[in-house]
Amino acid sequence: MIGQQIFNGLTLGMAYALIAVGYSLVFGILRLVNFSHGSVYAFGAHAALLFVGMKLGIFPAILMSLIFTGVLGILIDKTALEPLRKKKSMPIASLITTIGISNIIQNMLTATFGSQKKAFPALFDFGVISVGKLQISWTQICMCIISLMLMLVLVLLVHKTKIGLAMRACEQNPKAASMMGINVNFIISFTFFLGGVSAAIAGALISGYYQIVYPNMGYMAGLKAFAAAVLGGIGSLPGALIGGLLVGVSESMAATFLGSTYRDCMAFIILIIVLIVRPNGLFGKKGITKV
Amino acid sequence: MNDIKQKKNFNIILYLEQFIDRFKLPLAVSSAVLLLIFPHLLTNQYILTIVVKVGIYIILALGLNILTGYVGLVSLGHAGFVAIGAYTASLLATRLGLGFFLSMLCGMICAGIAGILLGLPTLRLSGTYLSIVTLGFGEIIKTIAMNWDSVTNGTLGVKNIPSPSIFGLKLTIANGGFYYLMLVMLLIVTLFCYVTYKSRTGRAFLAIKTDEMAGIMMGINVTYYKVLAFVLSACICASAGALYASLIGYIDPNTFTFDVSTMILSIVILGGMGTIRGMFIGSIILITFPELSRSLMDYRFVVYGLILVLMMRFRPQGLLGWKSQMPYKLSKSITRKLEQARSDKQENLSQ
Repeated sequence: MIGQQIFNGLTLGMAYALIAVGYSLVFGILRLVNFSHGSVYAFGAHAALLFVGMKLGIFPAILMSLIFTGVLGILIDKTALEPLRKKKSMPIASLITTIGISNIIQNMLTATFGSQKKAFPALFDFGVISVGKLQISWTQICMCIISLMLMLVLVLLVHKTKIGLAMRACEQNPKAASMMGINVNFIISFTFFLGGVSAAIAGALISGYYQIVYPNMGYMAGLKAFAAAVLGGIGSLPGALIGGLLVGVSESMAATFLGSTYRDCMAFIILIIVLIVRPNGLFGKKGITKV
Repeated sequence: MNDIKQKKNFNIILYLEQFIDRFKLPLAVSSAVLLLIFPHLLTNQYILTIVVKVGIYIILALGLNILTGYVGLVSLGHAGFVAIGAYTASLLATRLGLGFFLSMLCGMICAGIAGILLGLPTLRLSGTYLSIVTLGFGEIIKTIAMNWDSVTNGTLGVKNIPSPSIFGLKLTIANGGFYYLMLVMLLIVTLFCYVTYKSRTGRAFLAIKTDEMAGIMMGINVTYYKVLAFVLSACICASAGALYASLIGYIDPNTFTFDVSTMILSIVILGGMGTIRGMFIGSIILITFPELSRSLMDYRFVVYGLILVLMMRFRPQGLLGWKSQMPYKLSKSITRKLEQARSDKQENLSQ
């Protein structure tokens, strides 16, 4: 029973980790909590639903939704956040802007798709494997594998490629990076693109797992993923993975032992404890306040 | 040179301010009379309910304004405080039969204690992290209200909340009493905010908002004032919550979602952070807008998001968030002293 719950939690945690990566990437460069990320994830799921409904075949459809969601990420940055950066307005302004964007996206989804829950086709529905008492479905295994692979790709991208080098440079010091000939605005937009793509993958995976899609899905998932990112140390990719897994497991544990209604509360309790006890998270770097 | 300066200063805002300043008394009297006879002018209860709702949201916005506008801490979980106020007051009123004002007071005390608890993390957190903690707080309060069945009646909510009464006289929308109650509470809260802003506490708040580090250097007890701001803000919002509960007569956990928090924040931002006049305009616009634009259907909620984004982009100080260009007025005793000093100086010079 407990083993089963742990495995369910791990599966879910993998997907949370994918969303958390989006928070981490953006926070690393802009020092901004991107509140719109949850609704970007919901947008990804809806785009996948839309394209799957067009009978393109499931994988081209998901690919299309990835691109669209990535472009949405770029659009958010270009239309709303870049002007604020140019004006050098206060950090609170960008935070409130992302809340506004999340509101816009979520309500646009409600207005176009309706607020009811819609069925989403099951992905990788190849049956169930039994290992001892554990019941593991192929959906869960594929979710874990795909998430792990994507995390690996992202880590390689950030640490081994030229654009990853530029991203890390921007993270350390945007001004110095732009003096070295890095187009900082392009890098930030690219980061938003990556965040959007990973959110869309997570959206497709989680909707395929629960087989359900609705406009408000991004709110809770986004907050939980944010809790995961903070727990792992925001700005760090391995941290996002570990944080996501911890949140996922603790959530399914809470659902078993405390009752399913307390499930959604877990992430926040973890979040508040982490923020009070160790604000930099498990793997985060310690920030220095300069006067 | 002087000419150019005058031309630059001659803008519509200054003109308006001068106009208001000149006709201060008649304007104040006429608006007070208008507000007082308002329920007798129209018999439409629907419109009166909306007006009362606007008033409640003004109180909420004034509450959040203490935290966000004065101290500069953005809270995304104020619905939690509203929920504490509303639940405590209505449960005391329905289960124990306490009067409205007493139960509202209890709600405010509970919210104040929650405010202390929530304010304590500010010792370690700042900016965005703090906003996240407040957001989590709001969600946790909602979850508690949803799951603590024996007390809060779970998702079914609290029904039949009695309307407030003074000396046996029931204050309802129908007899206009509720409107006057709202008006009195609004007046008290507005005066309280004004006095706080002008006091030593208000100056300490502003100092923390402008530069926390410099504030510490000046000997301001930052922790104390931040927690104080949380408590004041929580109490004001809780009182509005109690008022809201008895206006609608029914509350459930879904009355206090994240949307409520966003709504209050939108009002504060639209009106102008740190101003009192802005809260009035902000709530009037944002609360009446959905009622006026029923034809827009679902899209009208998109407008809230648009307001947040556009305001941050083009006018981050809010609609009414200008700095007054009127000459600074000194109190009479100080003016007298200044004149005295000036004449003394001239005498000294002539000697």
